[in-house]
Amino acid sequence: MRYVMATALAVAMAALPAHAKVLRYSTNADLLGLDPAINNEGPTNAMKTNLYEGLLYRNFDLSLEPALATEWSQASPTVWRFKLRQGVKFHDGTPFTGADVAFSLTRYQSEQADMRGYMATVKEVKVVDANTIDLVTNGPDPILPQQLPLFFIMSKVWAEKNNTTQVVRGTSAPTFINFNANGTGPYKLVERVADNRTVVEPNPLWWGKLDNGITRAEFRPIANAATRVAALLSGEIDLMYPVPSQDKQRINSTKGTKVLEGPELRTIFFGFDQHRAESLDMKGSGKNPFKDKRVREAVYKAIDIQSIARVVMRGESRPTGSMVAPGIAGFSAEVDKRPAFNPDEAKKLLTEAGYPNGFQVTLDCPNDRYTNDEAICQAVVPMLARVGVQVKLNAQTRSLHFDKIGLKENRNTSFYMLGWTPGTFDAHNMLVNIVTMDGPGAGQNNSGVYRNAKVEELTLKAGTEMDPKKRLEMLAEAQMIHKNEYGHIPLHQQTLAWGVRDEVIHDSVKPRPSNDVDLRQIKMK
Amino acid sequence: MFAYIVRRALQSVLVMAAVAFVAFALFQYMGDPINQMVAQDATLEQRNALRALLGLDRPFYVQFLLFLKNLVTGNFGFSFRVGTPVAQIIAERLPATLELVFVAALFALFVGVPAGVYTGLHRHGALSRFMLTVSLIGVSLPTFLIGILLILIFAVMLGWLPSFGRGTTVQLGFWSTGFLTTSGLKALILPSITLGLFQTTLIMRLVRAEMLEVLRADYIKFARARGLTNRAVNFGHALKNTLVPVITIAGLQIGGLIAFAIITETVFQWPGMGFLFITSIQFVDVPIMSTYLVLVALFFVIINLVVDLLYFAVDPRLRVDRSVSAH
Repeated sequence: MRYVMATALAVAMAALPAHAKVLRYSTNADLLGLDPAINNEGPTNAMKTNLYEGLLYRNFDLSLEPALATEWSQASPTVWRFKLRQGVKFHDGTPFTGADVAFSLTRYQSEQADMRGYMATVKEVKVVDANTIDLVTNGPDPILPQQLPLFFIMSKVWAEKNNTTQVVRGTSAPTFINFNANGTGPYKLVERVADNRTVVEPNPLWWGKLDNGITRAEFRPIANAATRVAALLSGEIDLMYPVPSQDKQRINSTKGTKVLEGPELRTIFFGFDQHRAESLDMKGSGKNPFKDKRVREAVYKAIDIQSIARVVMRGESRPTGSMVAPGIAGFSAEVDKRPAFNPDEAKKLLTEAGYPNGFQVTLDCPNDRYTNDEAICQAVVPMLARVGVQVKLNAQTRSLHFDKIGLKENRNTSFYMLGWTPGTFDAHNMLVNIVTMDGPGAGQNNSGVYRNAKVEELTLKAGTEMDPKKRLEMLAEAQMIHKNEYGHIPLHQQTLAWGVRDEVIHDSVKPRPSNDVDLRQIKMK
Repeated sequence: MFAYIVRRALQSVLVMAAVAFVAFALFQYMGDPINQMVAQDATLEQRNALRALLGLDRPFYVQFLLFLKNLVTGNFGFSFRVGTPVAQIIAERLPATLELVFVAALFALFVGVPAGVYTGLHRHGALSRFMLTVSLIGVSLPTFLIGILLILIFAVMLGWLPSFGRGTTVQLGFWSTGFLTTSGLKALILPSITLGLFQTTLIMRLVRAEMLEVLRADYIKFARARGLTNRAVNFGHALKNTLVPVITIAGLQIGGLIAFAIITETVFQWPGMGFLFITSIQFVDVPIMSTYLVLVALFFVIINLVVDLLYFAVDPRLRVDRSVSAH
């Protein structure tokens, strides 16, 4: 008996590679699901990027590199042409073809796919020959390649075999594809148990080469921040994020663990109601102070952003004058310069605008969405009181906050906080969503209805301008106009923090600005 | 007895319907589930299409009646978040919670009752004083803090026990159990102590108070005068007479354990129903929340029924009354 067990043990050990390196990583919430066409959320998209591939891949520095397409070019203003990589196979061994791209597009464009925004401008996929396809767009689309890393290609044959060709929002039928995956990506799915663990292993059929040392990766969400820190300190997990500010010291001072910090791409800002004739908080007055540029400027200059960065954010923010973070295409250093904090000038501006005694306004804030969101708003209340603006703070949970300032309650706000990361890594996405109203799909999150004819025109033009240099100039000009009109008050980009066990995580690993884990960009010692 | 059970069962249906109604009424103020389900830049049309698909555009009472109708036919709907049938998710999570509650309840009873008896008998002993002091901590510290402290000591400093999760589980039919593996058993220790500590101290203090009361009674003095052994007096007569209030409280507390498991499960990332409920709240996952609340109401009703039946077993007078009234 003992002999049998010893043999079994020996066989089991031999089956493992000499240096089995299991990466166990964690964050505060589980993935939403694995269906490539729905579940449009950062960490979920990062896991999909491990399992599936797009035509292109986004590097750590946000640049694009070949993935399922080896070359891409513009055949005409409305046609992007791609050379497909040859000999690629899906996890189950089925070969990858242009038909899979066409099939994936129909899935992305179906009624219930919330990833369809990424492929909204594409009319069709034309299979030119065995190794060439064309993406035909409705009009010129200069930023289409930027969207392709999140256009995940799945196997048509596999989807048909498993009866999952339709995109179903998990509300009328069990969704096979949310718990199974068959992509061409560098990792294949081993196990997924909702709210518990998602396990992947390297895909031996992958066309590329993985040299990060990971032989198995286990994603294990831990909702409670203190438990997550404890699990890192006790060595039960190797990498986790976000690290709560108060625990950084502890992690850094414990042998074997450390905190990695980096800038995040999301910009936090305040917005003003600039469309109602009468402010929501000044019933009967017939006045809306925020329609006056001088008032917006006064509020901007009354906010002491350096104090917020130092006290509220404990140094973990990058104050900004720009609505997009550095690294986003269209970011401009000129726009990023913030007008100086100046409460005296603010007071003068309010007097000039006819509010020497200030006015009343409600500030709508989330309290569980961004780092220290409610605390930032609380800090702003006395700053504005100093120049005479009496702010009533309304901080509430994210679902209620977004309902209130969003279209559901018809932008029911005068003054609000919001954060934005351009999903395309391009400032045009921010301009469309936050500061314009007229273009296709524009103004969804322009909760204060900021509107400027020149900005609208530039945004529309930049949407179809195929010359990259001219395009960037247009984006910068639009942002400059918006800045000079004090359309919104950009506050800062948050600093993100990962906790790692430095005995197993390689020193070259840095936190991704999008705050999620792409296994290709992690390396183990 | 049978008529009694039937009557209680009918009452419990009403209770659960009321719970479902209140829950549904509250969900109307929780914000829009759609916000969590679509991307930040989804259009209003996309949002409305999804809302119509989920039936969320219908008025509150229509949604509620549909929920009741489906409940009767055993159809609990689909989770907005996970995308699988609610019944399946709850069936997956239920074993984790019930095993945790079971161990916590055992811990509470097998530590609480003896400790109560001991502190009742040896009122001024040093050990009694120590136990009473410790129990004060159990009563006054909030559950999450106890959990974090235990994690800090036993997982981070000593490294003996895991800080989160359920360890390896074994699937027995539909039931996934952590009782059969070492890692599963180890993972149970910290959460069940965290969950059961309050109940332990409560039971201990209750048994102690009752013991002190009973030990003063005449029949105990007579029993001692008759020369019965200490053991027979303390356990056969005194303890038995303290049990009616203890059973009532312990029974209700088991219901409380299931409800309080929410906090313990969140601290230890325990994949049970309580944790599921918390995640569902953040996501406004109405089908899960309503089913969970109805289920918890069901547990309370069943436990109360069992407690009532236990009275008959423990207190012979109740049985006599019944038989007398039957004449």
